[in-house]
Amino acid sequence: MTRVLAISAGLSVPSSTRLLTDRIAESVRRVAGPGTEVEVVDLRPFAHALADHLLTGFASGELSELIERVRHADGLVMVTPVFSASYSGLFKTFVDVLEPGLLEGKPVLVAATAGTARHSLVLDHALRPLFSYLRAVVVPTGVFAATDDFADAGLSQRVDQAAGELAGLLGGRRALHVVRDEFEDPTPFEERLRPVR
Amino acid sequence: MQFGIFTVGDVTTDPTTGRTPSEHERIKAQVEIAKKAEEVGLDVVAVGQHHNPPFVASSPTTTMAYIAAQTERIVLSTSTTLITTTDPVRIAEDYGTLQHLTDGRMDLMLGRGNTGPVYPWFGKDIREGINLAIENYALLHRLWREDVVDWEGRFRTPLQGFTATPRPLDGVPPFVWHGSIRSPEIAEQAAYYGDGFFHNHIFWPASHTQQMVALYRRRFEHYGHGTADQAIVGLGGQFFMRRNSQDAVREFRPYFDNAPVYGHGPSLEDFTAQTPLTVGSPQEVVERTLGFRDYVGDYQRQLFLLDHAGLPLKTVLEQLDLLGEILPDLRAGFAEGRPAHVPDAPTHIAAVAA
Repeated sequence: MTRVLAISAGLSVPSSTRLLTDRIAESVRRVAGPGTEVEVVDLRPFAHALADHLLTGFASGELSELIERVRHADGLVMVTPVFSASYSGLFKTFVDVLEPGLLEGKPVLVAATAGTARHSLVLDHALRPLFSYLRAVVVPTGVFAATDDFADAGLSQRVDQAAGELAGLLGGRRALHVVRDEFEDPTPFEERLRPVR
Repeated sequence: MQFGIFTVGDVTTDPTTGRTPSEHERIKAQVEIAKKAEEVGLDVVAVGQHHNPPFVASSPTTTMAYIAAQTERIVLSTSTTLITTTDPVRIAEDYGTLQHLTDGRMDLMLGRGNTGPVYPWFGKDIREGINLAIENYALLHRLWREDVVDWEGRFRTPLQGFTATPRPLDGVPPFVWHGSIRSPEIAEQAAYYGDGFFHNHIFWPASHTQQMVALYRRRFEHYGHGTADQAIVGLGGQFFMRRNSQDAVREFRPYFDNAPVYGHGPSLEDFTAQTPLTVGSPQEVVERTLGFRDYVGDYQRQLFLLDHAGLPLKTVLEQLDLLGEILPDLRAGFAEGRPAHVPDAPTHIAAVAA
């Protein structure tokens, strides 16, 4: 079973960010077929746990389970509202608590919502650089939806286009940079002592 | 099994009174606390090393020697000695001298330090932290075991024909513990040398402790120092005790809520569930502490952090009285079912006798 996690940083209930996330999730389900399971997760219930993580340095209970689900997901859909010309603080905080290397080689579809189309470049100015830094594989088509776009057939086309691109990457071999697990397979200490004479 | 206390030597405002102790008060308080620790029957007192405010603990061997001169039995240790930014030659000399002055009543725990700017103040780089710990300890290990050392590494000026003085008391180098929260390289290092491994076991979920200790034990056996359950393990711990549980929670909550490190974050109730912190009655502290064995196996040293978060000296001394009261129960509990082949914590006297 291939697993896709669609994460929405929308805050209001109902939320247009969640609405867009649901549409993308549905499209991925349709394009990828029955072998793919797509789950949608709201970050809102994790807001307190995320703030605690910033202060204590570790993830508690359900947040730690969510991070494990990200680790084991074959692909991600990451959707944020635009706040002050960028991704929201909640969205970024979630990305911040993912340990280094967790997203390496993972296919990611980026999407954002905003009140106005003037923010549409947020995908290319903020989200792509963020996930490039984390060495995720960001699909070529991002999905941006201003309020008006929810009445525009063009949004569905972009959703399907992006979903198709994500689905295309799901089965593929991930070009993973393999990091040695020092707990499972420790580097023999003699090797570490080599520079010392 | 040894029981004791460890401190980081922080100067923190008491959140219930707004009063901040002076550096002088804090340094003197560490001595009072150590003397009290001996009085209530504890085995070990460990002091920190830091080179930035709000800490006063920049010179651990000075403090240790002063405490040793006023006590008779308690073992002096560190929590931790910075192996990254302290010249290993100075560590060999300072702790070597301390070993003689205390008649071997000391050991030390090495740590890396996690404050980035401290490294450049001593000409080092935190990104080399692991490599510094490995190289500096490799030198320290030789300085205490070889009378004349020729040495060359990446981080320190070379040595030719160098003898670290004084030579170890009775020819037995001070026992070394290696402390680390999450770096497997350090557990590996402790295992390689057959030294002790200490996990601070506070502020973090027990799963970190379990993973690190398991690695250390496995590799200790791999390197031929004994079976995994004979590896030398120390743990930290943190409690606040009152005779009745509700009083402990009520009194400790403002300190918890405002504490450095975890304050203004999770609730006291969440944090006690998520980490080894116990706030409650003596019986609750005994039960929780005896439970540590369930995930690390039988171990050798248990140290508690008592003097932090701005707790006044009087309160810390009361905590020590209570710890003294439960000590017989802790000793009896840990002795129960402990296999005969599991060693006690290493001491100088035992090493000389061996």
